[in-house]
Amino acid sequence: MKIKVAGEVKEVKEGLTLTELIEIEQVETPQYVTVSLNEEFVESGSFAETVLKDGDDVEFLYFMGGGR
Amino acid sequence: MAFTNEELERYSRHIILKEIGVKGQKKPLNGKVLIIGAGGLGAPAAMYLAAAGVGTIGIADADVVDLSNLQRQVIHTTNDIGKLKVESAAETMRAINPGIQVNTYHTFVSSENIMDLIADYDFILDGTDNFPAKFLINDACVMAKKPLSHAGIIRFKGQLTTIIPGEGPCYRCIFKNPPPKDAVPTCRQAGVIGAMGGVIGSLQAMEAVKYLTGTGDLLVGYLLTYDALTMEFHKIKLPSRKGGCAVCSDTPTITTLIDYEQIACDLKDR
Ligand SMILES: [Zn+2]
Repeated sequence: MKIKVAGEVKEVKEGLTLTELIEIEQVETPQYVTVSLNEEFVESGSFAETVLKDGDDVEFLYFMGGGR
Repeated sequence: MAFTNEELERYSRHIILKEIGVKGQKKPLNGKVLIIGAGGLGAPAAMYLAAAGVGTIGIADADVVDLSNLQRQVIHTTNDIGKLKVESAAETMRAINPGIQVNTYHTFVSSENIMDLIADYDFILDGTDNFPAKFLINDACVMAKKPLSHAGIIRFKGQLTTIIPGEGPCYRCIFKNPPPKDAVPTCRQAGVIGAMGGVIGSLQAMEAVKYLTGTGDLLVGYLLTYDALTMEFHKIKLPSRKGGCAVCSDTPTITTLIDYEQIACDLKDR
């Protein structure tokens, strides 16, 4: 199936969970990433139960603390 | 009040823009922007806002200029090392545009002073470098209903969003709480490419000028990210206001300001 990750279309296996996608994408500090799935925030405790479907649109939002 | 000939010439490249014009240029002259942090983000933002003729610019920072700042904080020069950052920044802004009022606040923002600091301003620009300050500024702006440009930079990456309380999501809608101390690296630990402050801080200034002049669409409800290594900008549409946001929902659970623990190494980054 095809999903969109950060605006890019990717081919992934059926039944992929958000936790697995986070591993594949090598998300930095995964315990602190915020995930938006089809423009809805996903509760951070439910990544493992979140099974992705064809056409899903996933965005990772990262903490960025610098500025000075 | 009509423009003087000097003002007409100084702002001629704005006035000639059909989206701004004479009428549009008067708005920033009557506008007040507070920049919190006179560093990587605040430096370019302050310079562009001074040049653009924002009538009153406040700048808040507790630090003095250090040699290690000069790689990115372009408002300060080698001669300014050891000076208060707010004084050094104010001198540069006044030199760029003597027609504006610059207010300096030599202080760290805290729950004690932030409501008073932001009260007089129309638009707040977050140029701080740590999560406790970023959450404090967000919460204060939501409570006081002040428009805010939030941004962060690290390594070769930067991001920003514009928060208009009541109209779109706030910082806490995206990130519920600050990460634990040292869980996520800061600039001092991880480094940052100097021009990143220029890219993202200038975009923050762009949002402030657009807000004051009423021009174009703001980054309300969007997070714009920039990766210098791949040269990609990505505009992420944020979920609409999260019903459960602790600070900006209709039934907030956070109703007083919180001073989270400052990350020790940020305090030393002077
Ligand atoms: Zn919120």
